[in-house]
Amino acid sequence: MTAFRAQRGRLAAGGAALAGIGLLLGGAFLGLAWEAAASWEGALAAFDGYLLRVTRFTLWQAGLSTILSVGPAILVARALARHPRFWGREFILQLFAVPLALPAIVAALGVLALYGRSGYFAPLFAATSGDMWPGIYGLSGILIAHVFFNLPLATRLCLASLETIPADQWRLSAQLGMGAFASFRFIEWPVLRASLPGIAGLVFMLCATSFTIVLTLGGGPGATTLEVAIYQALRFDFDPARAIALTLVQVALTGTIVLALARLGASTMGDASLPVASRRALFPGAGEKVLNTTLILLALLFVAGPMLATVVAGLAADLVRLAGERPVHQATLTSFILASLAAVLCLMVSGALIMTRRALELARGARIPGFLERMSDSGAAMVLIVPPIVIGAGWFILLLHFGDVFAFAPAMVVAVNAVMAMPFAVRVIRPAYDAASARHEKLCLALGISGWNRFRLVDWPALRRPAAVGFAFAMALSLGDLGVIALFGSDDVRTLPYLLLQRMGSYRTADAAGIALFLAILCLGLMFIAGRLGKSRT
Amino acid sequence: MTESNKAGAGVKLEGLLFSYPGGAEMHFDLSISASDRVALMGPSGSGKSTLLNLIAGFELPSAGRVMIDGRDVTGSPPHHRPVSMIFQENNLFAHLTVGQNVGLGRSPSLRLSAQDRAAVTDALARTGLGGKEKRLPNELSGGERQRVALARVLVRERPVLLLDEPFASLGPALRDEMLDLIAGLSDEQAMTILMATHDPGDAERLSGTLVFVEEGRIADFGRTQAFLSGWESPAFNSYLGARTGSR
Amino acid sequence: MRTTTTIPVVAFGLFAAALPAAAQDTLTVYTYESFTTEWGPGPAIEEAFEAECDCDLEFVSVADGVALLNRVRLEGENTEADIVLGLDTNLINDARETGLFAPHGISLDNIDVPGGFEDEIFVPFDYGYFAFVYDTEAIDTPPESLTELVEAGSELGIAIQDPRTSTPGLGLLLWIKAVFGEDAADAWSELRDNVVAVTPGWSESYGLFTRGEVPMVLSYTTSPAYHRIDEDTDRYRAAAFSEGHYLQIEVAGRTVKGQDNALAGEFLTFMTGPGFQDVIPETNWMFPAGRTSEPLNPAFDDLVEPAETLLFSPEEVAENRNAWVDEWLSIMSQ
Repeated sequence: MTAFRAQRGRLAAGGAALAGIGLLLGGAFLGLAWEAAASWEGALAAFDGYLLRVTRFTLWQAGLSTILSVGPAILVARALARHPRFWGREFILQLFAVPLALPAIVAALGVLALYGRSGYFAPLFAATSGDMWPGIYGLSGILIAHVFFNLPLATRLCLASLETIPADQWRLSAQLGMGAFASFRFIEWPVLRASLPGIAGLVFMLCATSFTIVLTLGGGPGATTLEVAIYQALRFDFDPARAIALTLVQVALTGTIVLALARLGASTMGDASLPVASRRALFPGAGEKVLNTTLILLALLFVAGPMLATVVAGLAADLVRLAGERPVHQATLTSFILASLAAVLCLMVSGALIMTRRALELARGARIPGFLERMSDSGAAMVLIVPPIVIGAGWFILLLHFGDVFAFAPAMVVAVNAVMAMPFAVRVIRPAYDAASARHEKLCLALGISGWNRFRLVDWPALRRPAAVGFAFAMALSLGDLGVIALFGSDDVRTLPYLLLQRMGSYRTADAAGIALFLAILCLGLMFIAGRLGKSRT
Repeated sequence: MTESNKAGAGVKLEGLLFSYPGGAEMHFDLSISASDRVALMGPSGSGKSTLLNLIAGFELPSAGRVMIDGRDVTGSPPHHRPVSMIFQENNLFAHLTVGQNVGLGRSPSLRLSAQDRAAVTDALARTGLGGKEKRLPNELSGGERQRVALARVLVRERPVLLLDEPFASLGPALRDEMLDLIAGLSDEQAMTILMATHDPGDAERLSGTLVFVEEGRIADFGRTQAFLSGWESPAFNSYLGARTGSR
Repeated sequence: MRTTTTIPVVAFGLFAAALPAAAQDTLTVYTYESFTTEWGPGPAIEEAFEAECDCDLEFVSVADGVALLNRVRLEGENTEADIVLGLDTNLINDARETGLFAPHGISLDNIDVPGGFEDEIFVPFDYGYFAFVYDTEAIDTPPESLTELVEAGSELGIAIQDPRTSTPGLGLLLWIKAVFGEDAADAWSELRDNVVAVTPGWSESYGLFTRGEVPMVLSYTTSPAYHRIDEDTDRYRAAAFSEGHYLQIEVAGRTVKGQDNALAGEFLTFMTGPGFQDVIPETNWMFPAGRTSEPLNPAFDDLVEPAETLLFSPEEVAENRNAWVDEWLSIMSQ
């Protein structure tokens, strides 16, 4: 009986969490379906040339971004793998992890500050081409920003797979006298080939669902992706019918990619666990050394450039005035409150799902996992199929029927950001919980510790640290997000990224740069704390 | 390789100094005569593998010289040294066939002449792998995989063979079989053999000379028989005793 | 665990405190962004009106005029707005059809705009002619007609605004329709090569222009007056186009909700008088729709005079706006 009761509490928690996620997704789809039923002719008519072109551009830019990110990443990763004691290698790898934590809008601003028509490089470009630098609005800006994000990511993932090559194989290749090409062919390529589809698929998905970059660097209807078009259909056009058509295509597209990734067994989250490089016998020739050093330095400059530009431009802003501005205070406060709530909600939902999954696993013994267990397991990752903008759009349309949609902004931002951070939190917390459960389950049953007491006395001490990591991570993700808030934001509810977007819009570039620096420091600080907490756990 | 190499080669380490980052300094002085078969024994972490890696050129010493066949190879890259090595595992590339894996011993880019191919086929036959040329490594047993590595050693025709606990993952009967095979085949090319091992039985079966390594130094050196009968080295005895005791 | 349960409670409290408190006598005016910036007319008008009414005037701003209408439509009857300021004649039919606007009930005798204006609901507050403004340091010989601009090719980069959000953006769409008629689509396909950026609002485009990111921008014939008066420079000029220029009359209206707020009517009357009109020329950089207490700065006499005034009727625009915008979108997305 005790066992049964212990399970029941955990099952209820998981059921509630799943119901919450279901409500969030279901509400969005209800909104879309409702509107589609009401104006199905309009939705059908929206499957027009514009939709086709937007879809084509979405795929085209994602494809190009993938090629431009993954191709060089292979070379850079290989160069790093072949120089395990390259000077500053650790620093470079750390730096390559930064874009993951950097809010997209900050990066977009950094890229503009560097390569824009009036950016730091403009005089140089103008001098070399002898013509006025045309700037980077449109496809080129989107590609540069996407490569800025995904080249380091792909490099780290490629490097992680190269690190799985046993040290003996490097020795063997040295003894057999394989040159750079032969060792690429026989040692590195086979490993890379196995992981490349997953890496490329992940990058493709990230670029196909990229919103902020395209919104800020797209420069017009000629460079619009599905996500941005959904946003514009709602906020510019007040055209829910068109938004529905766009949303359907978007969901079909991301669904296909996520399923393909799942079949490849690839990660949809893009984390690279990089062990300390083992000592390896490598004797690259002088030519290869020069080439590899050049490659690494180029990649380093490319990745560090926009970060440096963010810092330089941010410091040039009137930070003292900004620090005294009421809108900045309000946006900071709003951001912190919404992000904290999102992080708390994220932990609650993730925790409930993790406990439910474990309870079901224990209950079934060796039998095949049931539906609920599978939902609480991979179900968490499935939310990635539905981009935040789509959830936002669905609710936006639904809430139109219930009054002022902008009044719902805080709830929407919290809920959507919490769910979006969930897969990451689950991954941090679940191993700790499952391990603690494996140790304590029998003892708890024997002593009759269950429910709240069990959580307080047994589970929480084991979860405190991973939960803190998850919290910091979810909060950083939410702080930097410009997705749902772009749809729901207004002068009443402004987060820092939204304020940043507004300042960019009203050509107060210096203000925007200052806020960007502030936001970047906040997010990186949180990520740093998360990293520290995660690492000091043994 | 030419016929002249089939005479074996002496290995001499003169005042070799080496340390891993943050580790204690190791110091090796050793002289091994041509065509001798030497067992390297000693506790885990004592420096057996490091010693082999220094001879093979995978690690570079901070001071001292490595002489093979009277030639200073201290600065030479691994493939320029007259040395072949067999590891405990990962000797084969999983995506290449048995034949290709052996062929790499002749050409690191797999550009093989008819003569090379004949040598590969011959080496496979002599290691008991005739007809398995087209197999992939994961279709073979653990013992067979080590035979492929051995076949590659044969086609490389280098006078020095380094073995780093090559049979640790094989059963006793299979080990003896492999040791005998190595002894027989290395005789044909009069190879000098250095084998790191934990097993006194392996040492007894293959080697004439035993080198006892402890804390990054050559602690003792002598006839294998003398060591194993217990009247050569008290330190070695206590190492063996500790090993047997721990089983 | 106590901390995790108290955080949300405290946070919600803080959050509620962060939201602006609703005061008794408040007039909420929705307008476009460039109106409320510190160098726009907003601050001066707020001060002048608040001195007169002893109330709190609150501006809420969105990107631009069309977005303004969409915002009100999205909020529907729950809108906070008493006054919506910054629509133009091209939008008044759509705005009227929402049923969210109430008659103004004031006299328009003070109003004087080209071609005259009569409406039960909307009250003009300024007007201007769309024009392309260029940087003389980047362009030696500006195009002399819309046709020349369209044919200029990618050599001549321009920033324009999105007709889905911006009244100048919509104005350009109509301007090109008025000049090219049936061939408007072809004109856009050609013009597309020149377009460096399409921004949601006028202020973003103008920002790109003043930062030097584009040498030419869609704005108004009155824009150079700003640079002349405030910056004392002749560097930025409007290009006179031989086909004529499209007229924009900007209007404000009282919402159904604002009907209950006495301040709304008061504001509309105030808007047509000198307290408001004096501010407009040198902050919004448009021609005043009503009488000002003093003559305009001579810099306003020195501006491009449209060879012809182009304007579609509100009905014509209402009938075709969606189709024309879709056509534009379809061309610009290629």
